[in-house]
Amino acid sequence: MQILRPLAIAALAATIASAAEAQTVKVGVVVPFSGANADLGHQMDNAFDLYVKLHAQDIAPYKVELIKRDEGPPTGAVAKTVTTELITNDKVQIVTGYSFSPSAIALAPVLTQAKVPMLIANAGTAWITNLSPYIVRLSFSMWHPAFPMGAYAYNKIGCKTVAMAYTDFPPGKDSTEAFKTGFEKAGGKIVDSVPMGSPVQVPDFTPFFQKIKDEHPDCMYVFIPSGAHAAGVMKAYGELGMRKAGIKLIGPMDLVPDNKLQDMGDAAIGTIVMGHYARDLGNPQNKTFVAEWHKAYGADSYPDFMSAAAWDCMHAIFDTVKKLNGDFSDGAEVVTALKGWSTNGPRGHVMIDSGTRDVVEDEHAMEIYRKPDGKLGERVLDTVKAVKDECKELKIGRCGS
Amino acid sequence: MPHIANIAVSIVFDGLAYAMFLFITSVGLSVTMGLMGFVNLAHGAFAMAGGYFVVSLTRSLGIDFVSSLVIASAAVGVISVPFERYLYRRLYKSTDLEQVLLTIGLAFMAIATFTYFYGPIPKSVPLPAWLQGDVNLGFRSFPSYRAFLIVLGAALISVLWYAFEQTNIGAKIRAAVDNRRMAASVGINVDRLFTLTFALGSALAALGGGLAIQLFGLTPSFAVLYLVLFLIVVAVGGLGSLKGTLLAALVIGIIDTGGKYAFPVAGNLFIYAITVVVLLIKPAGFYGRE
Amino acid sequence: MAANETTTRSPAAEAARARATEFLVRRHYFRLPEALPWLIAVACFFVFPDRMTFGSQVLIMIMFALSLDLILGCAGIVTLGHAAFFGLGAYTVALASMKLGWSEPISGIIAGGLAAGLVGAVVGWFILRYRGLTLLMLTIAFAATLQESGNLRSDITGGYDGLPGLSFNPLLGYFQYDLYGHTNYLYALAVLAVIFFFVRRIVYSPFGQALTGIRENIRRMHAVGSPVHARLVTVYAISAAIAGVAGGLFTQTNAFVTLTVFDFDASAKLMVMLILGGTGRLYGAFVGAFVYMVMEDKLSKLSPTFWQFGIGLLLIVAVLFARRGLAGLVEHAGRRVQKWVKR
Repeated sequence: MQILRPLAIAALAATIASAAEAQTVKVGVVVPFSGANADLGHQMDNAFDLYVKLHAQDIAPYKVELIKRDEGPPTGAVAKTVTTELITNDKVQIVTGYSFSPSAIALAPVLTQAKVPMLIANAGTAWITNLSPYIVRLSFSMWHPAFPMGAYAYNKIGCKTVAMAYTDFPPGKDSTEAFKTGFEKAGGKIVDSVPMGSPVQVPDFTPFFQKIKDEHPDCMYVFIPSGAHAAGVMKAYGELGMRKAGIKLIGPMDLVPDNKLQDMGDAAIGTIVMGHYARDLGNPQNKTFVAEWHKAYGADSYPDFMSAAAWDCMHAIFDTVKKLNGDFSDGAEVVTALKGWSTNGPRGHVMIDSGTRDVVEDEHAMEIYRKPDGKLGERVLDTVKAVKDECKELKIGRCGS
Repeated sequence: MPHIANIAVSIVFDGLAYAMFLFITSVGLSVTMGLMGFVNLAHGAFAMAGGYFVVSLTRSLGIDFVSSLVIASAAVGVISVPFERYLYRRLYKSTDLEQVLLTIGLAFMAIATFTYFYGPIPKSVPLPAWLQGDVNLGFRSFPSYRAFLIVLGAALISVLWYAFEQTNIGAKIRAAVDNRRMAASVGINVDRLFTLTFALGSALAALGGGLAIQLFGLTPSFAVLYLVLFLIVVAVGGLGSLKGTLLAALVIGIIDTGGKYAFPVAGNLFIYAITVVVLLIKPAGFYGRE
Repeated sequence: MAANETTTRSPAAEAARARATEFLVRRHYFRLPEALPWLIAVACFFVFPDRMTFGSQVLIMIMFALSLDLILGCAGIVTLGHAAFFGLGAYTVALASMKLGWSEPISGIIAGGLAAGLVGAVVGWFILRYRGLTLLMLTIAFAATLQESGNLRSDITGGYDGLPGLSFNPLLGYFQYDLYGHTNYLYALAVLAVIFFFVRRIVYSPFGQALTGIRENIRRMHAVGSPVHARLVTVYAISAAIAGVAGGLFTQTNAFVTLTVFDFDASAKLMVMLILGGTGRLYGAFVGAFVYMVMEDKLSKLSPTFWQFGIGLLLIVAVLFARRGLAGLVEHAGRRVQKWVKR
């Protein structure tokens, strides 16, 4: 019958259209786009966009829609307002990003109340994942690089005594506490712990380092926020001739951010850091990742550990979309699907622990050296596999609640 | 060297270098505030501009560091003249509040402009070999760059002192700081004096900004991050006083360095404590006039 | 006031005095246009029910700006450290909830206000003897000292990671806090109304007139024997208390607080908001805070660089051409319209 065919086609088209709409998963992306930390936001945002661009076809017929908002300053208040509105107005089904710990901490009760999962791409305070059953983290906690570094420093680098220096805010305190726990467990002795001013202003590091130099430890463990502080640290270390004085410089990878490494000069050579990502990591996923990054963003732009984590976050979301057939309406189900998820990504093998919802990843001990082409690079000395967040394992402080 | 003496030498040396940076960057602010009674919160922005010019001169044009410092300072000094003539001059008779707001607005615009052209990532400068590493003075060695700061600071102080105390221009400036009306009535061209002093102050700020890159790194937020520090030096030292700025810079530089060495947990508390104590006792600062 | 008994009793002087009194009395009573901001605030509740979380933050900023207008616009005290009192109120509420289990909201913000007001009175007593740069630096130093001390004892304050998991009892024992922030908005609006009424009474009272006198010509006030210092300290303490209430509300509506509440940035931003709106005419706080926060919300994501440039430019333009801020422009326009209508 002539009339039935066009009607049938119309009906089919309508069904497909509405089905397609129902299969778009809305993802809220909250990273800092303004202020002094805008470059952190861009590193993550670029990674999210790149993954979606390259892999959109993998989840067909489903789609992922990114709705982006500015995380604002690290006060937590803006992030809270913005995320709450993403949930209530834009009806996002999952939120990701979050450069700053206060943002995630402030949002915990909101997530529990709204039953919306959060997949953290950066914020590193260890006990964040305890605050809500809807918080899942794929980035790291301060303990991931710092705790294994403790044992590594004692056993492999030969540091019997260490002086620690850190920027005086929670990540600094967490990192040094983690290092100390690991180091003392291995048998080492911490001779000093020096807070070095607030994260906002880069201080003159000389008085702090001079004090440590006068104490003659074998090694100095330094934690500073990535960026301008790192350059200042390396300069002070070089100017005071600390390597010549026999004090090795160690720390987490924040000490030698990829985009500042070349400026650091000879003072950086011999620094040993522990981290889960470096641009030069040799695994095939990273090679592809870096190549695609250069293709999309130019030869002068480089991904860093935040980009790698953001990349993996989007990967996890995409895999969950496939697993749940595009249905993210039950937040608890999404969290369950994320638990135990694992992949080989630019950082190597990463997994989401089913119990703590925190990341389990490899930590690499890396040394700065001068490559044959004259540039500074990092070479992997050793890898500690499948590192969990020791703070929660040992139930230290707030991690135990 | 015996241990305590070694520590003391370290603190004095580092504190001195820090003090020289504070002095160089703040002296311009002190003189213009004392001379013109104008609260210039964009001073940090001029320092930042100097820093970025040095970065461009050294990295893009390959000019050596010291020459870049000179060129950048001169450039900022010249550029500051139209600002003084056409913008600041309109507000000399205005309230403190309006001056604060105008210059904060300028600072914001400066930060946005430099973010646009240079990006938010911190910058560094390539130093010549003789400024890297350390210099051995026999009994111990000192970082070369900081030694350079101290020598440069001392040289500048001598030049400024001579200029202020011994030259005609210096006398005119001192006269105008003391009593502007009287100075104008004896025939001193106060307007031109203002412009000249402002240009000189901005040039010195730019020099300080260029020198700061090696100490603190350079981001567009520099304009406001260290502004409070400069204001403290100026307030504690006394407006319009060379001696005052120097003394304040020395006190703050050495006590802050010593504090960071001995009680690092206190953070910046020492600086604020000095500010409060000095201002409560001598509200006009060390050598300010009431 | 025994003074006027002995001054001239000429008809002209009497007429002038009558006009002045009538002016004061008229200002004292509410005028119709004054209802406008409140109507708008209530209307927003119905027109934008999904932006109430943001709305509460705007109301809190308005309250904070109002407290600054009291000392800046009315008494002429220039401060860049008012965040100190905001933070004191915020942390009083947070610590009371955490350590003492004090989770009743209304008494919480009263406590916050009292604590901040008390500190304001003590600090004000010391620093309000000075003016100009000295006073400015002292206010900055005080706020910074609070922040550094808070970091020193981050075991109590939570440092820059803040105090998580604060929870508060339902408002008046009945109204729950929902995800949409409806309760919080109306709560903040009610508190703002109370505070505003109180501030208005102060400004249009003889005390307020004395403050205006101090702002305009402090020497003369000293000369006529006005207790300048006592008046300044009083208004500073009241302003600090209001800032403290705003801070307490901030903690309650966010259920979270970090040391960043003491930031110099926060004090500077507050001053920008107030200037944009216009000082000395209490509604300037409403206009300035509202316009600034809405613009920041909309524009800063588009291009943060242009946003900052724009604000800087706006400030310069405001200082050079629109000294009375947006509220002043509106008033000016209103007067022009009135004149035109009368023709």
